[in-house]
Amino acid sequence: MPKVKVDGVELEVPAGATVLQACELAGKEIPRFCYHERLSIAGNCRMCLVEVKPGPPKPQASCALPATEGQEIRTDSEMVKKAREGVMEFLLINHPLDCPICDQGGECDLQDQSVAYGRGASRYHENKRAVTEKYMGPLIKTTMTRCIHCTRCVRFSEEVAGVDEIGALYRGETMQISTYLEKAAAHELSANVIDLCPVGALTSRPYAFEARPWELKKTLSIDVSDALGSNIRLDSRGREVLRILPRVNDDVNEEWLSDRGRYMVDGLTRRRLDKPWLRRDGKLVAATWAEAFEAVAKINPGSSVAVIAGDLVDCETMFAAKKLGGALGSTLLEGRQTGLAYDTSNLAAVNFNSTLAGIEDADAVLIVGSMIRDEAPLLNTRLRKAVKKGAKVFVVGPQWDPTYPATFLGDDLAVLGNLPAEVSDAFGAAQKPAIILGGAALGKGALGAGLAFAEQFNLVREGWNGFNVIHMASSRMGGLMLGYAQKGGIGDLVAAKPKMVISLGADEVDFTKFADSMIVHIGHHGDKAAHAADVILPAAAFSEKDGTYVNTEGRVQYAEKAVFAPGDAREDWTILRAMADALGVSVGFDSFEQLRAAMVAEVPALGVEGLADYGALPAAPSGAKAEGVIAGYPIKDRYLTNAIARSSPTLQRCSAELLHGESFAEAAE
Amino acid sequence: MADRFIEPDSPELRARWGAFAWTAENAEQAKVIVGRYPAGRQRSAVMPLLDLAQRQVGAELNTQGWLPIPVMEYVAKYLDMPVIRVVEVATFYTMYNIAPIGRFHVQVCGTTPCMLRGSDDIMAACKGKGLKKGHTTADGMFTLTEVECMGNCASAPMVQINDDNYEDLTAADMERILDELAAGKQPKTGTQLPGRHTVEPAGALSNLTAMVDANHDYRGEW
Repeated sequence: MPKVKVDGVELEVPAGATVLQACELAGKEIPRFCYHERLSIAGNCRMCLVEVKPGPPKPQASCALPATEGQEIRTDSEMVKKAREGVMEFLLINHPLDCPICDQGGECDLQDQSVAYGRGASRYHENKRAVTEKYMGPLIKTTMTRCIHCTRCVRFSEEVAGVDEIGALYRGETMQISTYLEKAAAHELSANVIDLCPVGALTSRPYAFEARPWELKKTLSIDVSDALGSNIRLDSRGREVLRILPRVNDDVNEEWLSDRGRYMVDGLTRRRLDKPWLRRDGKLVAATWAEAFEAVAKINPGSSVAVIAGDLVDCETMFAAKKLGGALGSTLLEGRQTGLAYDTSNLAAVNFNSTLAGIEDADAVLIVGSMIRDEAPLLNTRLRKAVKKGAKVFVVGPQWDPTYPATFLGDDLAVLGNLPAEVSDAFGAAQKPAIILGGAALGKGALGAGLAFAEQFNLVREGWNGFNVIHMASSRMGGLMLGYAQKGGIGDLVAAKPKMVISLGADEVDFTKFADSMIVHIGHHGDKAAHAADVILPAAAFSEKDGTYVNTEGRVQYAEKAVFAPGDAREDWTILRAMADALGVSVGFDSFEQLRAAMVAEVPALGVEGLADYGALPAAPSGAKAEGVIAGYPIKDRYLTNAIARSSPTLQRCSAELLHGESFAEAAE
Repeated sequence: MADRFIEPDSPELRARWGAFAWTAENAEQAKVIVGRYPAGRQRSAVMPLLDLAQRQVGAELNTQGWLPIPVMEYVAKYLDMPVIRVVEVATFYTMYNIAPIGRFHVQVCGTTPCMLRGSDDIMAACKGKGLKKGHTTADGMFTLTEVECMGNCASAPMVQINDDNYEDLTAADMERILDELAAGKQPKTGTQLPGRHTVEPAGALSNLTAMVDANHDYRGEW
């Protein structure tokens, strides 16, 4: 714990801290471009110069200088001021003065820092360097003349994403950042380089020239594109959400966001259900709310009702639907739309118990039936970190490229009962061993075998729980906490032959099995369920309502409403409340506050932000055995996994171009 | 520094170089080079292997050799490393040629010491022989580049042609060297001054004269 003096104030800094970190601890702002806490130190922008004694009598790059005992650091001296002005002037030599037409304008590090630390005018009269644009795919727009060579994007691709595709070609003034042969950046986290870019060299292509940052209303929300519950910020103007950016939450998404979660945004304004529809003579016709509720009342299902929750719905919606079902006398609730029917009697057995941050400490990991990069992209970066610290990773299931060394043990689940020596040795010696079960494993009924594995290798020990299940739907854990699970899965609902099926945005269900039921679809997109529905009641997407989400590690998080739902669409709970009136029953709440209070009264964990406690892991069922071959992973197209994503032109293009190799002609600008 | 740009990827390039592989001799050599580094650190060998590949391409084309994209990909695959990292190295160091080049790569130093000692004349001599900066002559014999300091300031002016240096040049020397190379002869390398061997003082000593015969302590005289 070295003691240093920053601008005359003595403080103790953690061992291994850099001078820059010491200055930050002292509350001093150090300007920087290349330095980023989550990336390796490059030290090439020189903006963080400070004066350090003892040392050479010249300014030093604080980001790359370790803080040592007795250092006297000055960030306010004349030398530092001059050094910063000098660096700023050099950086601006080749930087175009195109801030008025640059998308980064208003949220640009270079702009802000040149105002704060620059000289105000340039003494440079020569020609500026110009660099040709580079193609980086449908998500990243490049204006490489603006690049200041900080190499954050290069380091992100290599270190965090693990996909070496961006590099710095040539040298010196002619250095250029490019992907190899200007191929599209095709991995699932590629758009994070847009956030990392301190200037306007890499900007968002779909968002180009859409808005200025100061026009936008910022709303805190939760990503629904996967079950990780990444913390996001919705930037909206008027009635439209224009972009989605990640927020910092070290426990969940650090500060990254998957491309799917980020670019789902333009799906929010397309293919929307903005008025009620009724099926008359086999055809959907537009209707009014009054007609729609009349039609619902006419179904008169009695207690023969089933509710299917979709992947994107919040806990409040599911709770309201549960109350409605309960008031009608039905407990047929299910959220696992594709037919999974694993045992949910103990939620600890279907939870990601290690926590997303905790899995970084694991030293042996067995992944069973999960293509993690598609199912939970930001979990893969955590596993990458674990591997960098020395963890061994084994995978049961078809081959995929994890971006870190991993041993594939074949597709056959039987290997769980007959582990190769290599695996049992690794797990026997591991301090923090973990297993991760994915959707493909749950589908094959491997949950019991996973629990048996956990018992065999003592995965739950002092301060460590290594048993993990990774879900793919943002509504899953919340749904399970609210009882959206039948013993036989959705098969039980089919067998019950309900008169009325309420679909809460359930777009992945095979509705042909409900041919005899009246299907009331409360959803926001004209997707698969809308085609099967008899009554469509237009609802709000995640951005248009307050809601509670529980992520795959059991973390309760709240999202806020950014904009109003389009047209006649209403928030889901109000629709369910009105349906109760139409069906002549009482659900016991008249406002959102009452609804939330009732929900928290029933499931107290939903009222507390943070990890829910599901208790101890259950014992493995006796004789649990996994068998069967994992033929494939549930996600076939990582860009089009839900109704919003399927409606997004950006993600459609990503899917066509990056996954299916279609080429798109570039319009000349 | 002259602008260098990577030769664009094209079907013709792929057709010509797509099947690039080490010759038997170079395969041996490559193994030796990779063997110099610890196991798992094989990508450290990227620089010598790129040089080897460039020489092999040169031998095939009877030029100084260059690195087409498929060859860089071959090296990347050989070392099990991302291609972009190989391209970064190849584009950074100017001794890797990233575009086709002539039989002899004439690199004339134009930095201050050479300039003071007459590199402009050397340049003019090259120009007189039909060489043009940044271009290859029509017969594919010479490529001319102006480069920065090559560290031969004591025997300036100098040029580097392929692996050899020619120092203490005059315009006439330069013309003779180019003629001899074009004629397939190997000119004398190193200094062109008669009686000079390396960079020892040309002619008589101009300073430290007291040290000619025995060691002399100058410190008292400072």
